Amino acid sequence: MKHKRIVTVVSALMLLALLAGSVLTRHMIEAARGRQATLEEVLYVPSGKVLKRMSLGYSGLLADIYWTRTVQYFGSRLHEHATRYDLLAPLLEITTDLDPHLIVAYQAGSIFLSQGGMGAGQPDKAVALLEKGIRENPEYWRLYFTLGFVHFIDRKDYKAAQEAFDRGSRVPGTLPWMKVMAAQMAERRSDLSTAIILWKGIYDGQPDGPARTNALQHLQSLQADASMEDLERRIEAYRERNGVLPKDWTDLVRDGLLRGIPVDAFGEPFKLMPDGTTQVHDPSHYLYLGEFRSEKKPSP
Amino acid sequence: MISRLSAITLNTFREAVRDRVLYNLIIFALLLVASAPLFSQISIAIERLVLVNLGLSSISLFGVIIAVFIGIGLVSKEIEKKTLYTILSRPVRRWEFVVGKYIGLMVTLVVNAALMTLGFYIALLLTERKLTGGDSRLLVAIYFIILEFLIVTAITLLFSSFSTPIFSAIFAFAVFVIGTFGEDLRNFAAVAQGPTKWVTTGAAYLLPNFSALNVISQVAHDQPISGNLILFNTVYALLYSAAVIAAAVLIFEHRNLK
Repeated sequence: MKHKRIVTVVSALMLLALLAGSVLTRHMIEAARGRQATLEEVLYVPSGKVLKRMSLGYSGLLADIYWTRTVQYFGSRLHEHATRYDLLAPLLEITTDLDPHLIVAYQAGSIFLSQGGMGAGQPDKAVALLEKGIRENPEYWRLYFTLGFVHFIDRKDYKAAQEAFDRGSRVPGTLPWMKVMAAQMAERRSDLSTAIILWKGIYDGQPDGPARTNALQHLQSLQADASMEDLERRIEAYRERNGVLPKDWTDLVRDGLLRGIPVDAFGEPFKLMPDGTTQVHDPSHYLYLGEFRSEKKPSP
Repeated sequence: MISRLSAITLNTFREAVRDRVLYNLIIFALLLVASAPLFSQISIAIERLVLVNLGLSSISLFGVIIAVFIGIGLVSKEIEKKTLYTILSRPVRRWEFVVGKYIGLMVTLVVNAALMTLGFYIALLLTERKLTGGDSRLLVAIYFIILEFLIVTAITLLFSSFSTPIFSAIFAFAVFVIGTFGEDLRNFAAVAQGPTKWVTTGAAYLLPNFSALNVISQVAHDQPISGNLILFNTVYALLYSAAVIAAAVLIFEHRNLK
């Protein structure tokens, strides 16, 4: 009995000590290999078609694993404020080769790829991915919308954007404003309201994650820009009426041009500048201010 | 103690060598390795690549299969044949039995890996007409495969110390598959939040990490393997397999064998 107790205690202590040791060693292995080591190995088997054959019929499961890797890769590069996303396009290519009907990979993946600053800045690759998605899933109208969005926002190619919205508007079950978007692209309208509609469409069509957060940040910036344009029109109206610029917002409230002190989406008041222009209280809240705002000359 | 351990080790090795399953698997693995030059003839300029990938993958995969299929019977066979009672009635401790079985199977696997490595290098020589200094780098991958066997054998022994052979095989293969995605699990834990983060982090550290032990693609592309990685992988495999063996001893010590 005494021997059994000794063996139990010794083996239990060894188990704990050895497990703790293995955890520490694993940290060292991660440091030696780098956190992205598994992902970098995709470069060794870059063909999704080869992987599909090697998966012995479990290509759906493998696609899910590759999509998870894609999201992890994008998230970690974003977190590191990286400027290069070299593995993003190959990872998306493999994922969609393994499962051509994985809509989220086209929808979110194309936004990861196309966006400059908060993404890979490779809109041409995003277009190729979306065209592949449309070939495989022609009945899914949101892919045409995202294609039009990428052409409009990132490539500034209004004709291609119009074609994408137009093609999408002919898909059964599509929303009526796809036709409106096609018409706006035909007019080459690059204004705030068009951009807001497009980003709202992207926001609604994305699952929770980096692409949706990015869309929200764009929307917040665009809405702040729209509010400032509106406020500056009211300031101009005050100047025309009184011959001078207002000193603060209460002047506009007193004149009936505003109901109260204007606040942004974060509940913070807009700043009224001495030259009659406006600014947000804390610019760090807005990553994309001024992207679509028309140039405004300071009032004399 | 040493003589008792070596006696169990030697017996386990002899028993494994006599096992027909083992021979079937070795012949199949050698055939696969030998067929690599044929596979490479139907592709262009990747003869060496195909041979290295196929050869090393065969050594790894068949080694794991041998480890699991022989490992699951290590304890249960002795109970089934009632030979365990004879062994334990002698001055042999239960932990000595478990550790001896483990070392015996490891010796078997190392000998198998050595045979398959020999076959692999012969195939390489036939394909390339000569062996170069770069081919010695392939030995690092084979060394890592043996480290992989250390962990797989320990895990199989752990399951066979309390479960039936069928379930032990299923559990061991499941852990092996999860372990090959060890770094994915770790990356997932890194980006998860809340309770999911804690659960996945715990699982990532508790389950073995086979991702870092698989460098077949790197050596096939003549990529260097750092000395640090060789050192850390060695320490990790020794610590992890020792921890699993300690758990197996703990369970087997308290198992009611009546």
